[in-house]
Amino acid sequence: MYVIVVGAGKVGYHLTRTLISEGHEVTVIEKDPSRAAELSAEFGEALVVGDGCEVRVMHDVGMNRADCAVAVTGHDEDNLVVCQIAKKQFGVPRQIARVNNPKNEQIFHLLGVTETVASTRIIYSLIDQEVETGESVLLTALRRGRIVVASVELADDSPAAGKMVKDIHLPGECVLATVIREDHILLPSGTTVLEPGDTVIGVATPQDQHVLREALLGRREARRKQ
Amino acid sequence: MKVIVLGCGRVGSTLAASLTREGHHVVVIDRDQSAFDKAVQRLGEDFTNETVRGIGIDEDILRQAGIEQADAFISVTSGDNTNIVAAQIAKYHYRVPKVLARVYDPIRAEVYREAGIETICTTLVGAGIFHDLLLNREIRNCREYLLPGLDEKPAPAEKE
Repeated sequence: MYVIVVGAGKVGYHLTRTLISEGHEVTVIEKDPSRAAELSAEFGEALVVGDGCEVRVMHDVGMNRADCAVAVTGHDEDNLVVCQIAKKQFGVPRQIARVNNPKNEQIFHLLGVTETVASTRIIYSLIDQEVETGESVLLTALRRGRIVVASVELADDSPAAGKMVKDIHLPGECVLATVIREDHILLPSGTTVLEPGDTVIGVATPQDQHVLREALLGRREARRKQ
Repeated sequence: MKVIVLGCGRVGSTLAASLTREGHHVVVIDRDQSAFDKAVQRLGEDFTNETVRGIGIDEDILRQAGIEQADAFISVTSGDNTNIVAAQIAKYHYRVPKVLARVYDPIRAEVYREAGIETICTTLVGAGIFHDLLLNREIRNCREYLLPGLDEKPAPAEKE
């Protein structure tokens, strides 16, 4: 796959390294000559000094044959314009933009850049989940955040401890994927009895993650009073 | 007419002053208070009806400036991409009837003009006027300077 990365800051640098190590063809475009000089020994010809928003620069690095354009500069307007030009002018099948200000994410979508990575929002939601859900820990988000995978550790007094899986009421958009007991991975069936100390891995929508936690651990208010 | 001018540099403030003099209601947005101070020094207190300080692609700022009631939106910050993005928000999200954006880069100006944003490439206009004056030619209509082909290199080919 040929990937063009615009912006060789921290995100662009590590992304470029990872893509190269996985055997992809990569060009990274950096505007700042002194930043480019720091990286030129490592990236060699994969690094191009120039303004990645310039159509000419995009053309010279072969944007028309790129499979993916990734814009990860610190400026949202620049990232948006790179993706729009890559799409409209060069027909690049996939464009991914970093969104620095989470408020701008909607603007990106509105203006046709649908694949966005809002790092601030992602980190915030991870922290928020951690605070909100106590022993329920968000492991990863799939489908751009519409599906979450969460891990819940059962305590002695958890309502689900001692119950069969079939007796735990779960909403429709929520599945118990696996149970980790000591170092064993169990595939839960309806008759599997959950035990204190089990780590239950559930897949749910973000809205139902709370229901999953409550079904397994009980309401937080109730636990606090104890 | 209610006009929002994004960017209070020389062009933005001068445009605001001439529109205000003609009786239009003008709101100028800039992220930098000192830009307003300089405009007041150059053009006087009443160079605009209102000023709003903030980022021009921030929807809260645009609404504060009254974009929902605006008849026109002119994007003349020093950043091409800011102008391009702000103009698209004004045109496609808020449906402002008249939207203009200054874009220094001739190619980007052309790309977005083709995409439906009315861009003014002042690089081409400025260079074209100097060129004509230098060679003792008649100064042309502004739109003629914006036509593609005045910058010498050919535009990059599009993907088939």
